[in-house]
Amino acid sequence: MAEKSDVWQGTLALMVLKTIESMGPLHGYGIARRIEQTSGNLLSLNYGTLYPALLKLEQEGAIASEWGLSENNRRAKFYSLTRAGRKQLEKEAQNWQQTTAILARFLAPTEEPS
Amino acid sequence: MKQLRALFQRVTGLFGSTSREQDLADELESHLQLHIDDNLRQGMSSAEARRQALLQLGGVEQTSQAYRERSTLPRLEEILQDLRFALRQLARNPGFTVTVIAVLSLGFGAAIAIFAFVDAALIKPLPYANPATLVSVYESMPTCPRCNVSYQNFLDWKKSNKVFSALEAWGYSSYQLSTPAGVQPVPGVRVTDGFFRTLGVTPILGRDFYSGESTPSAPHTVLIAYSTWKTRFNGDPNILGKPVTLSDTSYTIIGVLPPEFQFAPRGTAEFWATLHDPNSCEVRRTCHNLFGLARLRDGVSLQTAAVDVSAIVSQLALQYPDTNRDESSLILPLSESISGEIRPILLMLLGGAGLLLLIACVNISSLLLVRAESRRREMAVRSALGASRFRILRQFLTEGLLLVAVGSVFGLATAYGTMQLLLKLIPARMLGGMPYLQQLSLNPRVLAFAAILSLIAAILFSLTPALRLSKGNLQKDLSEGSRGSSGNLWRRFGSNLVVVELGIAMILLTGAGLLGKSLYRLLHVEIGMNSDHLATVHVTTSKAYSEDAKEMALERVIAARMQSIPGVQSVAIANELPVRSWDMSTRIKVAGRPWNGERNEVPERDVSPSYFTTLGATLARGRYFTDAENDPSKPAVAIINQAFAKVYFPGEDPIGRKISYALSKDTVEIVGLTEDIKQGELDSANRPILYRPFNQAMWASFDLIVRTSQAESALLPTMAAAIHQLDSRLSVSDAATMNELIQNSQPAYLHRASATLVGGFAAIAVLLSAVGLYGIIAYSVGQRSREIGVRIALGAQRSAVYNLILRDAGGLILLGIASGLLGSIAATSLMRKLLFSVEPWDVTTLASVSVLLATAALCASLIPAHRAASVNPVETLRAE
Repeated sequence: MAEKSDVWQGTLALMVLKTIESMGPLHGYGIARRIEQTSGNLLSLNYGTLYPALLKLEQEGAIASEWGLSENNRRAKFYSLTRAGRKQLEKEAQNWQQTTAILARFLAPTEEPS
Repeated sequence: MKQLRALFQRVTGLFGSTSREQDLADELESHLQLHIDDNLRQGMSSAEARRQALLQLGGVEQTSQAYRERSTLPRLEEILQDLRFALRQLARNPGFTVTVIAVLSLGFGAAIAIFAFVDAALIKPLPYANPATLVSVYESMPTCPRCNVSYQNFLDWKKSNKVFSALEAWGYSSYQLSTPAGVQPVPGVRVTDGFFRTLGVTPILGRDFYSGESTPSAPHTVLIAYSTWKTRFNGDPNILGKPVTLSDTSYTIIGVLPPEFQFAPRGTAEFWATLHDPNSCEVRRTCHNLFGLARLRDGVSLQTAAVDVSAIVSQLALQYPDTNRDESSLILPLSESISGEIRPILLMLLGGAGLLLLIACVNISSLLLVRAESRRREMAVRSALGASRFRILRQFLTEGLLLVAVGSVFGLATAYGTMQLLLKLIPARMLGGMPYLQQLSLNPRVLAFAAILSLIAAILFSLTPALRLSKGNLQKDLSEGSRGSSGNLWRRFGSNLVVVELGIAMILLTGAGLLGKSLYRLLHVEIGMNSDHLATVHVTTSKAYSEDAKEMALERVIAARMQSIPGVQSVAIANELPVRSWDMSTRIKVAGRPWNGERNEVPERDVSPSYFTTLGATLARGRYFTDAENDPSKPAVAIINQAFAKVYFPGEDPIGRKISYALSKDTVEIVGLTEDIKQGELDSANRPILYRPFNQAMWASFDLIVRTSQAESALLPTMAAAIHQLDSRLSVSDAATMNELIQNSQPAYLHRASATLVGGFAAIAVLLSAVGLYGIIAYSVGQRSREIGVRIALGAQRSAVYNLILRDAGGLILLGIASGLLGSIAATSLMRKLLFSVEPWDVTTLASVSVLLATAALCASLIPAHRAASVNPVETLRAE
């Protein structure tokens, strides 16, 4: 069994935002499952840690919440992306790509000096 | 931006925490349900589905905790918790809370209010450009250290000095202003033309005097005060260029002075004219009627300026030996000449208020200490439950800060009320001379002072109970609770505090006692007359009476009119009232004795023949003036007082001797010798006085003195109306009874004000220290109730219990009074200058103050002693 990695500090918010963007309004459980699936079950997500993160995003105005009914008629709190959240997502995604690109260059096999 | 938003959300999250917790619980519940549904769909048993879901959610408690911390600000929330707890604690004990806040606001209020006065009078810079380089210039003579300047000397100083960038002169004047309500005397000032430029004051309307406008050839122009413009001229915007008639001369108004303009040395003045044509006094070098105002050149110190002016003065004395012999000069910072006199009084009051605040703080500290003592068990329980030392300390800190914060707010309110009250208590005439008090307010400087006081108090009040805490022994505290021998610290420390309180109360009481005695002595000083039943008004005649015969006729008519008022016994006229000043002196020589130009300065008073009998003076030898003598055409005569006889005719009979004015050959015969009448201020020593018949000098304005057999204050309006009835062009002002004049004279007023204030401080201090003593004795009785119970059970008499408690109290009282005595002598020798004919170590005052304080303190300790003596041994022993 492949070793599962912990979620890095700061990346959870980005994953949450991206998940909500691609899936539309979603409840906490849905977000957690979706993150696990997207990671190909490589991430070990303690579902409980998700809620403080959601609260922080909501306080910052990136997402908004509303109580509603789930697909199988369970009452659940649905989170949707705000305009500010969309902007934040764009910016952070770009930052992240830049960071990974730079790191990738460092980690790429060094060329032999010609 | 987004952090800010989040912060805001978290701050608002501090409120309504229950609904949020419920929300999270609901959300987690729904999460679990969704997860369980999924698990069931995957074929798990319902128990297994639930177990897995819970497992993957992780600890619900941790999640809730993280969620809670995220939703509010944990630090702030703890502080709020402390605050809420502190509020609950204080509300649970309203007696304690109200006492602390009341004591604190009293202490703060007194200190802040007095500081506001100190600030307005001594700290706030004068409202002129660069006030530090402005100086007052006086002439100085042996009999008159801060004397007016002679105009002729002033001109020489102005010409020769090298230290002033400007030297100006100003003098008092009083103008007769014609108003629809008759002629009114209005206060004015005559100044040299650069006066306002030197102060750096520009009119808000119109212009300042131009250079040369002070010369006789310039047209008569006048600047008016802002309040005059508003009240007398209805703020007329076209006021410039309008004429105004002042004392029968027409002036053109050229400007309005700014509303904030003030000139304390003159008090309130409505019209400001130039010196223009020198009057009869200003052409003579011997006549001193002006004041000097100068601005030091850049870099010139006060000392350098004094040396330079002294050199000029010495030169003039050589040049004009007849007139300028023995003259010197005095240069003082303008601020010193304005507020120098009240500085020691204000500083003494600030000291008194400081002591009061100290006693208040000590009192509160001991209250807090006793409270901390009784909360030992609570604190022990809290730390046993895991509260850190810091957290407990913070609880005390919060309570201390809360008390100080509330106390400060009430203190500021008290201070504001006190300031308004004190301002109202200052007589208007005196307030006019202290225009800086108009700016009395809780300005930033005063608020900063209040903040510093609060800070010190806050530190003190949070550290005092913490002191107790550091001595704490958890186990002992828990097991013993609040009884047993644990009151030792409080007893040791608290007793010291009470001794300090008693000592300070003693100092304040002594100060008040000395000031009170000094006031009594001042008001009962021998003034050489009977001041009861005397009414006075000041009358200024007009040009119509400039001939001698006309003025003499007027005097007769006025006297006859006054005599016709029911109850009037006699009427007198004088150029100056008694108990006023030793000014207006003349120089004399004794006929038949060699005279080498010595300065024999003697104040002269020109009085009608009835003056002495009206005042109730005592004739020592010779006779008073006769009515026939009161005439410029009759031989010159004079009456002298005992002080005069002592200085100029020691061991001789002055009656029949002749004197003359220094620069004149005509002689004046002395016909009478009167016992000393206090002509100058109450607190001054008697000086030689020369009395001359009024009409041999003749003044265009005079004081009318009337003795009546009835209430004198009721007579005042009648007198003014009667004079106006005779001639509406006569102006009548300053109606007052002689007793009012004496009671409200500056020395009497300042004495009374400081005695009253320090007396008030002392009364509060005695009350606080008595309460403090009561507190410690009552506490110690409470602590020892078991011991007392045992003693009584073993047969001790009630009186022995009384003795036991009172011996403790007596020791503290003795110690407090003894230390207070030492402190008093040290503190009151600082206020020696403020006392009139009382020594700081006045034995009767010290003794009576000690007895008073001891009595108050004993009374305070009798209550708990009585309680101790009536302890029921059965109950106390069972309670153990």
